[in-house]
Amino acid sequence: MLSYDLVIVGGGPAGMAAAVSAHDNGTENILIIERDDSLGGILRQCIHNGFGLHRFGEELTGPEYAARYRKMVMERNIPFVCNTMVLSIEDTDNGKVVTAMNSDRGVFTLDAQAIVLAMGCRERPRGALNIPGTRPAGIYTAGTAQRYVNIKGMMPGKNIVILGSGDIGLIMARRMTLEGANVKAVCELMPYSGGLNRNIVQCLKDFNIPLLLSHTVAQIHGNERVTGVTIAEVDEKFRVIPEKSQYIECDTLLLSCGLLPENELTQAAGIDLDMITGGASVNQNRQTSKNGIFSAGNVLHVHDLVDYVSEEAELAGRSASEYIKRGAVDKKIVKTVSVGKAGGIRYTVPQRIDIYDENDDVKVYFRVGAVMNDVTLTVKADGEVVSGQKKRKMAPGEMEYAVVKKAVLDTMPDAIDIEIVK
Amino acid sequence: MENREMICINCPLGCSLSVSIDGDNIKVSGNTCPRGEKYAIAEVTHPTRTLTTTVRVANRSGSFVAVKTKNPISKEKLFDAMRIVNAATVTAPVHAGDVIIADMLGESDLIATADKE
Ligand SMILES: Cc1cc2nc3c(=O)[nH]c(=O)nc-3n(C[C@H](O)[C@H](O)[C@H](O)COP(=O)(O)OP(=O)(O)OC[C@H]3O[C@@H](n4cnc5c(N)ncnc54)[C@H](O)[C@@H]3O)c2cc1C
Ligand code: SF4
Repeated sequence: MLSYDLVIVGGGPAGMAAAVSAHDNGTENILIIERDDSLGGILRQCIHNGFGLHRFGEELTGPEYAARYRKMVMERNIPFVCNTMVLSIEDTDNGKVVTAMNSDRGVFTLDAQAIVLAMGCRERPRGALNIPGTRPAGIYTAGTAQRYVNIKGMMPGKNIVILGSGDIGLIMARRMTLEGANVKAVCELMPYSGGLNRNIVQCLKDFNIPLLLSHTVAQIHGNERVTGVTIAEVDEKFRVIPEKSQYIECDTLLLSCGLLPENELTQAAGIDLDMITGGASVNQNRQTSKNGIFSAGNVLHVHDLVDYVSEEAELAGRSASEYIKRGAVDKKIVKTVSVGKAGGIRYTVPQRIDIYDENDDVKVYFRVGAVMNDVTLTVKADGEVVSGQKKRKMAPGEMEYAVVKKAVLDTMPDAIDIEIVK
Repeated sequence: MENREMICINCPLGCSLSVSIDGDNIKVSGNTCPRGEKYAIAEVTHPTRTLTTTVRVANRSGSFVAVKTKNPISKEKLFDAMRIVNAATVTAPVHAGDVIIADMLGESDLIATADKE
């Protein structure tokens, strides 16, 4: 059986960054496994710009950002296989086993000392949304439409309504408008948009596309092809207000209603998942509930900026490399505390902090559940506030972080909480 | 004298900016940092955007290559630019950075952002 120090599942920005960082920390016997025909992940279809401002200090398009990392992988001669799908991972008494499949070798297995999970996410499909009405053609997720338009050069329709104001939906509103389609409205169930401000301005306002907040698609019309949708305002409990509905003629409905981390492999391996992120529950090194199995990127939690994906994956790759160098054992943990959250924080990553004899600063990423203005972001250790930071504005669409200082962890607290105070 | 409201898109704070325009005299308020003022003035005097789209690859059937304007171009010329780009084709191999259309509309080169062998 082939044996590797580190196997990376997924060759998107997370997988590539993890590989580069593990390599630079001294682990060379690596294999990246990618099911698509080349490295790059979802970025290959994201031809718009806005990637890399933090990482490279310039605005790159998705393919350009991916190319930078592909080059780093190539320069280091890090081995990778494409057109190969990982079917399962197992943590056995004799080490970790990765089972994969491709057309050359059929089903085969590999041995690994450590694994980084970097499978990314997929879009919430229509089935998960439950819109009443017929099931005609002309309903696509925004990401599927993006692949059609940007890779295949095919337009899914002419007159378009978009449900959901996630970034992909906003980006596609602009893209299809530029290609000559008429985007009639973007409906968002929540009273705020889940997309980035810059996308609302550059993708909707620039083209006078209406963004209807607290609105949903109440019904889909059409037999073979979509002929229109009934959209309606919703009340604070998200119930449709029938008096406030209107019919919009259209041939296409795009859904941009959120992304779901792709964790079937993770779950089947018996790794604990966080019910809110849909990803694995991890410590500050991005190690899952199983020693030597790490997770990073959109498979761990949905990121809005690929720059943060790269940063997180570098951390996971470095941690995996250190784990391998220690002889596939975990660092000696003094105690583990789960990160508490209060004041409107929906989730944190990491979910737990392992405290060692010697600690480092820990960045705790989080998202809030609603828009908040003029609040203080505090870190508490054993109930005492140890740091605070004023925040003018926080929104669910933007990932935030708080830093738990080394000095705080060195006091060996029993509880760490991140709390937003009005 | 004209007043306009806009959201600064330079950072996640997304400040609400108020701009008053009186001939050449432009006043910006609501910005937290100087970048907001610069952005608002550009938006009311000469708004520009980077155009990203695709170009058909003539010798690879059904294949497209991603492109962008090297520099931002005037916002009002976006649709004119799309007409030019959609009428153009390229011949593979193409590499990221290759100039596809030079000095398009007198504003910017159009360059490839991906490879097509
Ligand atoms: C449509 C869209 C628009 C976006 N726009 C922006 C933007 O404007 N700016 C920005 O900064 N960020 C943007 N993002 C976010 C950014 O692209 C993502 O955060 C980033 O691509 C995530 O990287 P990843 O490696 O975690 O996942 P992905 O890029 O999804 O890569 C995961 C890879 O794993 C592979 N894989 C999955 N399962 C298996 C398996 N079982 N076996 C083998 N391989 C497998 C997949 O094929 C894929 O290549 C956007 C994302 C999307 C979806
Ligand atoms: S004005 Fe400055 S602080 Fe405010 S959104 Fe713009 S860049 Fe950010």
